[in-house]
Amino acid sequence: MNTSPYVRRFAELRLADRPTVGGKGASLGELTFAGAPVPPGYVVTTAAFEAFLTALDPDGEIRTAIEALDAQDTETIARATAPVRERIEAAELPEGVAAAIRGHYRDLDSESDAPGEPAPVAVRSSATSEDAADASFAGLQDTYLWVRGEDSLIEHVRRCWASLYTVESVSYRRRLGLPEHDLAMAVVVQRMIDPRCAGVMFTRSPLTGDRSVVALEGSWGLGSALVGGDVTPDKYVVSKVTADICSRTVSEKLRQHRMDPSGSGVLEEDVPEYLRSEPCLSDEEIHELVRIGRQVESHYGTPQDIEWAISRNLVPGHNIFLLQSRPETVWSNREKTPVAAPKARAFDHVLSLLGGAGAGGGTS
Amino acid sequence: MNDARPVSSFPLPSELTDVAGAENWASMYPYYTRFQPEDDQRFWFYNAMHFPEPMPAFDAVTAETPYTALGANTARMFVFPTTLGIEHRIVNGRVYITANPVTDPAEIQRRLALFSERAGHYYENWDELYQGWVTRITGLIDEVQRIEVPRLPEFEDADVIFQAKGVAQNHYLRENYHRLMDLYSKMWHHHSEFLMLGYGAYVVFFEFCKTSFPEIPDQDVARMVAGIDVILYRPDDELKKLAKLAVEYGVDDLFVEGCDPDKVLAALAARGDDGRRWLTALDDAREPWFNMSTGAGFYHHHRSWNDDLTVPFAALPRYVDQARRGELLDRPTEQLRAERERIAQEYRSLLSGEDEQAAFDQMLGLARAVFPFIEDHNFYCEHYFTTKFYGKVREFGELLRDQGVLADAEDVFQLSHTEVGQALTDVMLAWAAGTKPVGSTRVQDTVTERRRMLETLAGWSPPPALGPVPEALNDPAVRMLWGITAETIQAWSTPAVAGDHEVRGFAASPGVVEGTARVLLSANDIGQVREGEVLVCPVTAPSWGPVFGKIAAAVSDIGGTMSHAAIVAREYGLPAVVGTGHATKRITTGQRLRVDGDRGIVTILD
Repeated sequence: MNTSPYVRRFAELRLADRPTVGGKGASLGELTFAGAPVPPGYVVTTAAFEAFLTALDPDGEIRTAIEALDAQDTETIARATAPVRERIEAAELPEGVAAAIRGHYRDLDSESDAPGEPAPVAVRSSATSEDAADASFAGLQDTYLWVRGEDSLIEHVRRCWASLYTVESVSYRRRLGLPEHDLAMAVVVQRMIDPRCAGVMFTRSPLTGDRSVVALEGSWGLGSALVGGDVTPDKYVVSKVTADICSRTVSEKLRQHRMDPSGSGVLEEDVPEYLRSEPCLSDEEIHELVRIGRQVESHYGTPQDIEWAISRNLVPGHNIFLLQSRPETVWSNREKTPVAAPKARAFDHVLSLLGGAGAGGGTS
Repeated sequence: MNDARPVSSFPLPSELTDVAGAENWASMYPYYTRFQPEDDQRFWFYNAMHFPEPMPAFDAVTAETPYTALGANTARMFVFPTTLGIEHRIVNGRVYITANPVTDPAEIQRRLALFSERAGHYYENWDELYQGWVTRITGLIDEVQRIEVPRLPEFEDADVIFQAKGVAQNHYLRENYHRLMDLYSKMWHHHSEFLMLGYGAYVVFFEFCKTSFPEIPDQDVARMVAGIDVILYRPDDELKKLAKLAVEYGVDDLFVEGCDPDKVLAALAARGDDGRRWLTALDDAREPWFNMSTGAGFYHHHRSWNDDLTVPFAALPRYVDQARRGELLDRPTEQLRAERERIAQEYRSLLSGEDEQAAFDQMLGLARAVFPFIEDHNFYCEHYFTTKFYGKVREFGELLRDQGVLADAEDVFQLSHTEVGQALTDVMLAWAAGTKPVGSTRVQDTVTERRRMLETLAGWSPPPALGPVPEALNDPAVRMLWGITAETIQAWSTPAVAGDHEVRGFAASPGVVEGTARVLLSANDIGQVREGEVLVCPVTAPSWGPVFGKIAAAVSDIGGTMSHAAIVAREYGLPAVVGTGHATKRITTGQRLRVDGDRGIVTILD
């Protein structure tokens, strides 16, 4: 295995690596470290972007010119950025950068579950800026699914980089006044999985904030159907303490988003009749998801909001994947008043309840 | 009077009509059990948990006496701040009840002061007082067993003269019958002595858990508290022991599905030493452990295992089979204990701070302290005492039969307890006068008429509740004992849609299975249950334990958090849906069912 400053595998990364691999890359690394089954992949680091940009523009003219733009003047921004994107998408990568990206892709490809075809990968931007650790770049840069083959991969990495210079991206940065020379982009390259079903998992109840349960929602195909509200998902509530599935709602799932079998894009279609009212998860899968979810929660030390998927092609025991995990914020940020405090004598709790006080015995 | 009725409501008591062919039902019960006009303004619910069948005249005493004792306990002895007693009414043979709340804040405060002092004394000295209770209740059971039914000889024994006793046998008819009824009343007073305080401690812990963990399953709360060495499991454990001995003594071949206890006993006697050793072991187990009613102890015809060996013998073949294969029959108590601790510790660790954890420890500790009574009083009172009590009533029935008043000793239960007193007086007079009791024809006609009415009444579907739904249902006792909440009432008052194939209740024990329904309205028919069937019943009682080894799932009309059906089903790992309101009416024996114990839904598949 070659080592290069331009590429780092998920397994080598932790949250602290954010400046060089971006938020998304760092969190996939941390998740992998936590022992979660993350689809394998690597990050093309900010150093790769720097090397590329330095080769393309040794004097830094691009950045200087962009930094001089007025956030409000989108017409000028459009005129200034179009040629920049064209240059980026047309330029050759420095030899070392290209070799590292290709070499790591071959490693991923060798683990392919469909030998003979190049492994499909997702190529995602993972932008970073030293001065804006909290600024959200979400949605401003591109994600490409179902990319196959080394050449295509290189092309899509370039497109990710180029997406830093879309009108939206640039005007966003100008509005925040972020310095251009701090700005860099890492690119996540990750094996695609073609999900039979996918969904979300909360390691505390999103409904009540109950920390003793894990709530799961899932539906057929890609998670986008569920996140986009295109389908009513199956819902499960599982006790962390006893592992009992304490509630189970199997919904009629009418729509699904699928990977296009042709190898590019996403199909939105009706779920075949015979599958609509079938549960999308087996009990074994539910229990395994919960086990993994709890492991991640305990790694982070706080309840998590997790995206998961189950591969259509792989066998049980190897088919569950986590795509993302973030700390749960809704209930964690809510002010919590203690349910009860100890009393002088244990039975004072009973006296206050039977004496007409409210639930839980209060604190009086 | 109808002005205050909510839109979706239940019939008023006054709107109920007599069941055709049983118009004379009210003659079976005391006048004070009739609905009064003003009762229309209160909310009543059908206590199918304790009284799932029409009440034979004598058996109405099993409502009257407990409510006499329970109300005295809460209203007068411990002075519960927000609740007085429970009132009951009988209509078409069915028992409806309502709780009498205290709502005036000043009155609640006045009662609270007394309650704190009195309840505090019990909580503070719980273990010691409970030990004393066990002594008192077993003393009562001894006393009831020692009651003699007079022989009424032609001439008194010489002792009566030469020891100058001066009292003839016919006097003891009344004295001993009254003694029996008095002991029954005392038993119910002791039954209530710790009950509401015990439930109070449990409810507090329960509500704390529900507030801290809104989605915690009810059974998990019960699992943190429930005892492991509960004597209600003991009869079933004794059966397992007998099964092991059958294999050890080499008489196991006699225990097969559907075997007739009498024939098995005869065959055992013919087996020489091996058979005799097993019979001795059976005798040892029978007292006291076979004093288990097949019901909840509220009907004379729910015979005990001792009265009818069919129930225990129905469970033996399976246990014998398991023993033969070398399977472990003992309950894994160490494992259960460790699991109980683990569950409690995990929930505790999920609480948000040390204060809450300390409060949790207090409430859990108290709930565990009171639980031995909650679980075990059932055996002492509803089963052991009650079995002996009915046995004695039957002996009085035999005397009435021998004196020509009744055709059959069992007919005594068709008379109310005061009517039994009158029939005994008739015998006392006749014996003294040297004539025959005058009641014979009259009493036997009454018995025939009442038996017929009970059969007719059994076909009546009582509404789950009567009267206007109250705005708040906050009586913790009602909630815990009967599973009655605002949601239950709502579900009951929404009639089932035609063609609807679902019956909904509480998810009491998880899992999903399909099976054939066996609807049992009376616990006496327990012998009909076949391997793998879904038991559908008004309410399951703890003594049905052995049948849980056979069935695939349990469904009941009535049942709350404290219902043992839920706990036993969990113990046996069977799905259970309780508190459905009307499963026994919607489902018929032989239908295919899917029981979803995770969601509390029973689906009729046919």
